[in-house]
Amino acid sequence: MTNQSATPHTWRDRISAGWEAIVSRRWLLTVLLVIGFALSFLIPRFGLINPYVQLVMMYVGINIILATSLNLVNGFMGEFSVGHAGFMAVGAYVSALLSMRVIPANLAAWLFPLSILAGGAAAALIGLIVAVPSFRTRGDYLAIVTLAFNMIVKSVIENIDAIGGPRGIPGIPKLTTMPWVFGCMVLAVWMMRNLVYSNFGRGVLSIREDEIASDLMSVNTRQVKLIGFMVSSFFAGVAGALFAHLLQFISPRVFDILKSTDILIMVYLGGIGSIAGSILGATIFTILLEVLRPLGYFRFVLMPLLLIFLMLYRPRGIMGLREFRWFIPGYELFASKVWREKREVSDAPAS
Amino acid sequence: MDYILQQSLNALQLGSIYALIALGYTMVYGILTMINFAHGDLFMVGAFFCFIVATFLKLSFIPTLLISMIGVALLGVAIERVAYRPLRQAPRVSAVITALGVGILLESVMLVIFPYPQSVPTLLPNITWTIGGVTISLLQVIIICLSIGLMLLLDFIVRRTMVGMAMRAISWDKVIVPLMGVPLNLIISVTFALGTSLGAAAGVMYSQAFPVIDPYMGVLIGWKAFISAVVGGIGNIRGAMIGGFILGAVEIMVVAFFPSTYRDFVAFTLLLVLLIFRPYGILGQPRPQKV
Repeated sequence: MTNQSATPHTWRDRISAGWEAIVSRRWLLTVLLVIGFALSFLIPRFGLINPYVQLVMMYVGINIILATSLNLVNGFMGEFSVGHAGFMAVGAYVSALLSMRVIPANLAAWLFPLSILAGGAAAALIGLIVAVPSFRTRGDYLAIVTLAFNMIVKSVIENIDAIGGPRGIPGIPKLTTMPWVFGCMVLAVWMMRNLVYSNFGRGVLSIREDEIASDLMSVNTRQVKLIGFMVSSFFAGVAGALFAHLLQFISPRVFDILKSTDILIMVYLGGIGSIAGSILGATIFTILLEVLRPLGYFRFVLMPLLLIFLMLYRPRGIMGLREFRWFIPGYELFASKVWREKREVSDAPAS
Repeated sequence: MDYILQQSLNALQLGSIYALIALGYTMVYGILTMINFAHGDLFMVGAFFCFIVATFLKLSFIPTLLISMIGVALLGVAIERVAYRPLRQAPRVSAVITALGVGILLESVMLVIFPYPQSVPTLLPNITWTIGGVTISLLQVIIICLSIGLMLLLDFIVRRTMVGMAMRAISWDKVIVPLMGVPLNLIISVTFALGTSLGAAAGVMYSQAFPVIDPYMGVLIGWKAFISAVVGGIGNIRGAMIGGFILGAVEIMVVAFFPSTYRDFVAFTLLLVLLIFRPYGILGQPRPQKV
């Protein structure tokens, strides 16, 4: 305890006041997005940061897309899907094959969004197939279905020789650049946020809280699950497409269960049911793995230890069902403020 | 005909290993309703214990098996004490994620200690008999007999002894039963010890049948054993045994009649189809949902 902390204006107060000032100015989000988009063009153009850091930044962006999309199913819908890398594989293979074999080489760079979308769409179609068993079972049995799905995707790819079989596809054109990653990431987060706070999103949340009750309250649970799984796998496919064109080499081995586990860890590290949590979790996970690279194999010991301690002391993850204020729509903030004031009035002792 | 008999024998061998691992999943699930995702890696640790004991202490098969079962059982109890017990009241999924973390931790620690795949010395004499065109090795006989013996022993413990009765009671109700004087934590520790030691036994036998081991060997086998536990109806001990043998039979039969790369594909597709028609597994009971 220093002298300073006795005065009302401690450094802690100042930080929280500063934080409050940042958080309450929502227009800052737009400004930051514009700056970020400009930077994503400028950094590769003028080589402001060394290429390795640029690469890590792009991986962070891709992992954010993956974590937010998995959070829709695992966090907001309350299912337990453990085969997210399977959808990623579908997106990666479809888009890589499109831009290598279908689209002429001189047009590939211009038609890149088309191949991203095609990867996403293919993954979404496959997502429909996984969504159907979720009508009848949930919890551990659905975990099995998604797990088996991941293994089936891997094994199917290994058995088709036309797409490289177990050797994979080398020499994919490097089309993923920083503006693409940034743009896709912002779009994914934005769409996910709008989805969660829409009418449909309320249905998703009601399935998490109680499926039967929400069915009785006339939520069309089948439709909601179907669309939820489709949207989630669509973005996994998009991330896979970006990933394939960044790594320039994909093989079925890349998309095995260990990859799915990584995505799961990002989601639960950041906190379920929170978009900001997924962003945070993906960022921390990716950067930490890179920062700890000098430790060699020991970094693989450190990461799970971190996860275990986090779960022991904060079982709901870093954010844990809370949301960053910028992502919450204004009317909802207003409604909760009014509700809080009313409660304070009614709780006040009548004197 | 001989070919089919030979393959059935292989199926029995693989199936008994799956069944032993699946038992660990299903016991922990039955008592804690939690998927112990670290179990596949405990199987791997069992194989590495076998490697260490056989290489450095140069013991024979039975002591190696016992030491590795006891060592892994202690490890399993310690993991439960440190990582899972504090989370018993937490949301279910955080315990599952912790288990996932423990599994990765075990893999990584083993990777630090043994960065390269190791080959396990053979502990059993290489004796084979040929009966009417079917070749049986001593190892196969020991694997099948030992696994079935261990399963019968487990079935006996769970159904006929006081400890087993306490286990079944706790899986029925975790609030009232401890009030009747059943020591909850002790029974859960015993469950972990039993389940993980069976996994270690499977690890030792697996490392004898397929002698090259590496720290990631438990991942795929663990998940497959989990699938067989679910197919049998998770939480049901006899179901896990049946599920393990079914998965082993399906895999070996696929390899016998199709190119071996179709193994995972056909096996998992069949299991998915089975789950669509019997969503609660073969012996599992659908639990009514309440609002």
